[in-house]
Amino acid sequence: MSHTKSTELTPITVNVDEYLGLNKYEVDEENPHIELVDEPEDKEFLKLIKVCPAALYKIDASGKKQFDYAGCLECGTCRIACGDSIIRKWEYPQPTMGIEYRYG
Amino acid sequence: MADCDFDAIVVGAGCAGSVAAYELAKAGKSVLVVERGNSAGAKNMTGGRLYAHALKEVFPDCYTEAPFERRITHERISMMTPNSNMTIDFGSTEMEVAGQESYSVLRADFDPWLAGKAEDAGAEFIYGIAVESLLMEDGRVKGIKAGEDEITAEVVLLCDGVNSLLTEAAVGYKRPDASQIAVGIKQVIALPAGTIEDRVLAAEGDGAAWLFVGDCTRGRVGGGFMYTNKESISLGLVATISDVAAGPVPVYQMLEDFKNHPSVAPLIKGGKVVEHSGHMVPEGGLSMMPPLCADGVLIAGESAMMCLNLGYMVRGMDFAIAAGQHAGRTAAEALAAGDTSKVALASYQKALEENFVLKDLRQFSKFPHFMENCTRLFNEYPVLTRELMNGMFIVDGSPMKPLKQQGLAAVKNVGIFNLVGDAMKGMKAL
Ligand SMILES: Cc1cc2nc3c(=O)[nH]c(=O)nc-3n(C[C@H](O)[C@H](O)[C@H](O)COP(=O)(O)OP(=O)(O)OC[C@H]3O[C@@H](n4cnc5c(N)ncnc54)[C@H](O)[C@@H]3O)c2cc1C
Ligand code: SF4
Repeated sequence: MSHTKSTELTPITVNVDEYLGLNKYEVDEENPHIELVDEPEDKEFLKLIKVCPAALYKIDASGKKQFDYAGCLECGTCRIACGDSIIRKWEYPQPTMGIEYRYG
Repeated sequence: MADCDFDAIVVGAGCAGSVAAYELAKAGKSVLVVERGNSAGAKNMTGGRLYAHALKEVFPDCYTEAPFERRITHERISMMTPNSNMTIDFGSTEMEVAGQESYSVLRADFDPWLAGKAEDAGAEFIYGIAVESLLMEDGRVKGIKAGEDEITAEVVLLCDGVNSLLTEAAVGYKRPDASQIAVGIKQVIALPAGTIEDRVLAAEGDGAAWLFVGDCTRGRVGGGFMYTNKESISLGLVATISDVAAGPVPVYQMLEDFKNHPSVAPLIKGGKVVEHSGHMVPEGGLSMMPPLCADGVLIAGESAMMCLNLGYMVRGMDFAIAAGQHAGRTAAEALAAGDTSKVALASYQKALEENFVLKDLRQFSKFPHFMENCTRLFNEYPVLTRELMNGMFIVDGSPMKPLKQQGLAAVKNVGIFNLVGDAMKGMKAL
């Protein structure tokens, strides 16, 4: 591919959390269905920041990596992007849990 | 295996699964469908436009029965740069002929209707639980494990979609590469029916399909889409995972910028976002397809990567429906003959070869490679188009240059050899 690799992120102007708030979820507080390795590599984590359609992978103001599975759309994109690197576990949520599309 | 719990188990109540279950039940077989959503469609998202031909083969009455949103009578394709957009708008009465038409759908309505058809025919459904693994015996699939339950069947049909966690155990299929799969992101935006019709210039009840290339994905490999529903617009993007990961713009920011583009913003003005969704799209075509059967198991729909993304057209639902139909029929025949081995199930592949599913996937098997390598399609060509169009349409009192001269100047920026080369390769791939 002719594209240059970029490690830069453009400024984010959208608040995806607000959109996720419009979705219907049954959140399983006890069981994270996706887990990262303990010390995720920066380069791999940056990929997830860009490809997760729910913007669940974030770096906070203090530079700490954050991931909140609660808003997950169960698409599997992070599993494809980083299933060999920093995603340690990727399962579907426990019975009756997770996203419930009302439109789809 | 006379002591199985069911003749057949279908994993997933999407397009492929419900149709496969319908065929099995219709043939008098006992069939259990296990769907992880609390209802059919609860976990599913599509663009989406359904080309109705495949559904009509299974349910001739679908035109009056199925919960379609709008009949698509306008096709639009656009090339956009950050500040321009060139659109082709096509409509014909041929698009309205039975068997040739297409409809927008929303899966939370469409999938329960389809599942209901299988249920009416006698299939049993369990909702709200995912199949975790397959039961294997001597290298052969003999059932499923879901929660605490182990359920056996003579044949298992994997219709669990693009993110199947089961095809590896069933046929040794390795997780696809990030360059073979795209991430899809979409918002459903509510608007009054009349407003939608006025904005896309459609007659009452009719609607438009609109695909975009260029700045919508900020020049990355992929495209934008818009489909009109009855009282909402489905607006979203599909972009190759590896290419988004290599670029600077996250996919959700792409969608936000797309919504704010001067040629998209008026379309959704005043609309209210009611859902934000994500789902993957297989893009590798035939080359990424797993083996379609093994002892005691068949694979249909996107779990077998049956999808075609040509930029001006995305097809997966009609493939899934036809594959589900043939998988269900093959399984029923194999059950009747008392042999569900790989050899007995292999006629499924043959049926798909003779059908549009594998014919169309084969026809366009070079296209994924072309798209991946022709990044000019997403960057230079939209700019070229803008330059040509500006030259043609803008009048500001300065002496006008002949069109030929303007055209040559614009083409020079891209390089005539690149342009001709890409055009030839594109023609070959299509
Ligand atoms: C953004 C986007 C736009 C698209 N646009 C179009 C379009 O315009 N036209 C078109 O024809 N196609 C389009 N497609 C493709 C189309 O949506 C798919 O090809 C189609 O839905 C595949 O059908 P399927 O039955 O194979 O899988 P799905 O419809 O995904 O069904 C799989 C089912 O299996 C269930 N499941 C998964 N794992 C398990 C498990 N372990 N246990 C139990 N249940 C499970 C899921 O919940 C789901 O119900 C688009 C896709 C996307 C993402
Ligand atoms: S599955 Fe999809 S929505 Fe969920 S965390 Fe992964 S990329 Fe994000």
